[in-house]
Amino acid sequence: MKVIKLRRGYDIKLIGETVRTIEQTPFPSKVALKPTDFEGLKPKLLVQIGEEVKVGTPLAFDKKNDRIKIISHVSGKISEIIRGERRVIEAIVIEPDGKQTGEELNINKNRNKESITEALLKSGLFLNFVQRPFNKIANPSDTPRDIFISALDTAPLAAEASLLLQGNENSFQKGLDILSELTSGKVRLSFKPEDKVFADFKNCELHNFSGKHPAGNVGVHIHHISPIKNANDIVWSCSVQAVILIGRLFETKKINSEIIVKVAGSAVEKRYYFKTIVGTQVSSFLVKVNENSRIISGDVLTGKKIDPDGFVGFKDNLITVIPEAIEPEFLGWLNPGFSKRSWWKTFVSAIITPNKTFNADTNIGGGNRSLVINSIYEEVVPMHILPSYLIKSILVEDIEEMESLGIYEVAEEDFALCEYICPSKTEFQQIIRKGLNLMEKEG
Amino acid sequence: MKFLYDFIQKLGPLFKKGGKLEKLYPIYEMGEGFMFVLPLRTKTGSHIRDAIDMKRFMITVYVALVPAFIFGIFNAGYQHFLSLGISVTIWQIILKGAIVVIPIYLIVLITGGIWEVLFAVIRKHEINEGFLITSFLIPLIVPPTIPWWQLVTATTFGIVIGKEIFGGVGMNIFNPALVARAFLFFAFPKAMSGNSVWTAFGEKVVDTYTSATPLAVISDTVSGSTGIIEVLADKGYTLWNMFLGIIPGSIGETSTLMILLGLLILLLTKTASWRIVLSVFVGGFAMSTLLNQFAPDPTHIFALPAHYHFVMGGFAFGAVFMATDPVSSCGTNKGKYIFGFLIGVLAILVRTLNPAYPEGMMLAILLMNTFSPLIDHFIVQANKRRRLKYASQ
Repeated sequence: MKVIKLRRGYDIKLIGETVRTIEQTPFPSKVALKPTDFEGLKPKLLVQIGEEVKVGTPLAFDKKNDRIKIISHVSGKISEIIRGERRVIEAIVIEPDGKQTGEELNINKNRNKESITEALLKSGLFLNFVQRPFNKIANPSDTPRDIFISALDTAPLAAEASLLLQGNENSFQKGLDILSELTSGKVRLSFKPEDKVFADFKNCELHNFSGKHPAGNVGVHIHHISPIKNANDIVWSCSVQAVILIGRLFETKKINSEIIVKVAGSAVEKRYYFKTIVGTQVSSFLVKVNENSRIISGDVLTGKKIDPDGFVGFKDNLITVIPEAIEPEFLGWLNPGFSKRSWWKTFVSAIITPNKTFNADTNIGGGNRSLVINSIYEEVVPMHILPSYLIKSILVEDIEEMESLGIYEVAEEDFALCEYICPSKTEFQQIIRKGLNLMEKEG
Repeated sequence: MKFLYDFIQKLGPLFKKGGKLEKLYPIYEMGEGFMFVLPLRTKTGSHIRDAIDMKRFMITVYVALVPAFIFGIFNAGYQHFLSLGISVTIWQIILKGAIVVIPIYLIVLITGGIWEVLFAVIRKHEINEGFLITSFLIPLIVPPTIPWWQLVTATTFGIVIGKEIFGGVGMNIFNPALVARAFLFFAFPKAMSGNSVWTAFGEKVVDTYTSATPLAVISDTVSGSTGIIEVLADKGYTLWNMFLGIIPGSIGETSTLMILLGLLILLLTKTASWRIVLSVFVGGFAMSTLLNQFAPDPTHIFALPAHYHFVMGGFAFGAVFMATDPVSSCGTNKGKYIFGFLIGVLAILVRTLNPAYPEGMMLAILLMNTFSPLIDHFIVQANKRRRLKYASQ
């Protein structure tokens, strides 16, 4: 198989790696589904506090498309509806009874796109699909040109895809079979050449990628395998975990949302992989978290900040805990920097110990400035995209320019490293989101 | 340092929104940022950030300029006593050099600082650290003899016309320091150009002492000698002492050795684009080698080999510190190769074909600054076409 080697990129080496064993944790006392995990979904509640729910009970639907529903993955009682600013629903919290009672799903024997989509919508697993362009929830009435699955874990401290797969190979194959019915093209599975466990799957097209982060981003794969042509050229993507869940659904005809989550990061003492359920409360499994820590659902580059009593994101397999920035540093610009973490080489550590792992905190590290050094961002985006030009076109809201510079091909996560290395501390991911929203509205 | 931090934080409300000195917030931010890297936490997006910031970036460039600056102090003193024909100790040389060079730096720094702060306060943005570099570059590219009032005028012109009217740092088309230099060059041609430019400044010049710069020498050669290198050597300009920089010239430009030391710092720290530096030298080499083939006689300026061009005048300094300015150079990596190459070609072209402007480097860079958006435009168009190609399939 041809290996697509990506030269550009950067691996942020962090302290806080996890041992490769999977533990069992007790069933959580609270789980939650967070509508904010689904970009583009406008939730309307279907349940009230105190209501009993079963596995498979719809909790909310999308105002823009009522076929899309958020479904309960546990049986129990609705205990809380958390709302944020302007009463936006942030989380629907359920206290599970641990029995996991639910109906057997009526899955049609003769499989076609319609019946599969229906089953996925009913089980809530459809929400695992992310559509490009615009990086938002997929629309069930679309037929995607291809479905992309990335089994490369290049993000800092990411959960190892091969470990998620362990023991779930059959479900994964089943999932691939199901997905292949949904697309007019192919299911495309990308993995590292050394991850041989992925090399034998059928009913999908296999692709090998190697390189530094963001080599594992699905956007990079799409770009190199078969780039998105225009606003109507729709492809979907989902995670390895999602394929396993989908496979399991069709094997057992029941919703069984048992997933594997990794706990990593320097600010938590017990770092491990464990089995739990979708949307589990982090306090149920986080042991010995240091004071003044940030808990992130997802990786340090693209994840979401959550509270100590928050919940794992719907699509996340990773909880990263890192220290918050506390201490000011006196005359920081004079510091030779023996222990500074940087893509740049202006600190001694970056020159003498380039492979050292660092304890990263949440310090921005400087003031916001004008965008000055324009060409560096290319070095961490392994695509034929000119990041600073795209960003500037978004800032001036030039729709045509955004389109021709490739906004359809990108998502926030593809620019996370630009944001990381930027000396002017520009919020690249926020700007890209703004651009995607604008493009969808105006384009 | 806790007390200092607390003190600064206590002053904060005075300068922040609603405070009495709200308008002077940029100055407060500058002072605060100068003293401390604040524990400002990320809110969204990437939760961790690189330790670099603009301050660190600019300080690194600043450090890279220090060798040239220190040598400039020495050379200013050295040339002074050389022109007087007096032999003195090294300390006297350095003292004299410092007396000449330090005020020049301070004048530029203060003038530049005032403008930067003024515009930051009016425009309500943070003070950009770039002015530190601009005000360090200007003293290095002026002759030590420059009258102070000209310096103030030129710095003002460079910062205001070269940068601020375009919208400030990041939006300027030209390198502000070069704009200041060009202003001097065209506004005060008598003091700045001609054959005796950038000379030492003794009052009683000894008879045998020639004050022409090497660039003036080569553009003035008369035939009859054996070769251009001999003509230069005859005036005291050997490759070696031009490389070391113990020749008259602008304060920081003469020593190629010190500039290479600066280049080493810039490349090691990734703060300058190696693509630009490399292609400037490649361009210069290509052009001077080409001209060598057309030299009518061995003493003609065309006959000067490339490595002589590199150590003369502002070629090395321009290639390392001026052409690499991230704002006014090309914004695409591919464009940088073209940008640099053409600077090298043009610098040699101006030098050799237009002896009225012996210093071609400044004009070459300014000209390419003008064209860098155009070069970028073609690179960006190529990027778009590539996309259009697969979009139309």
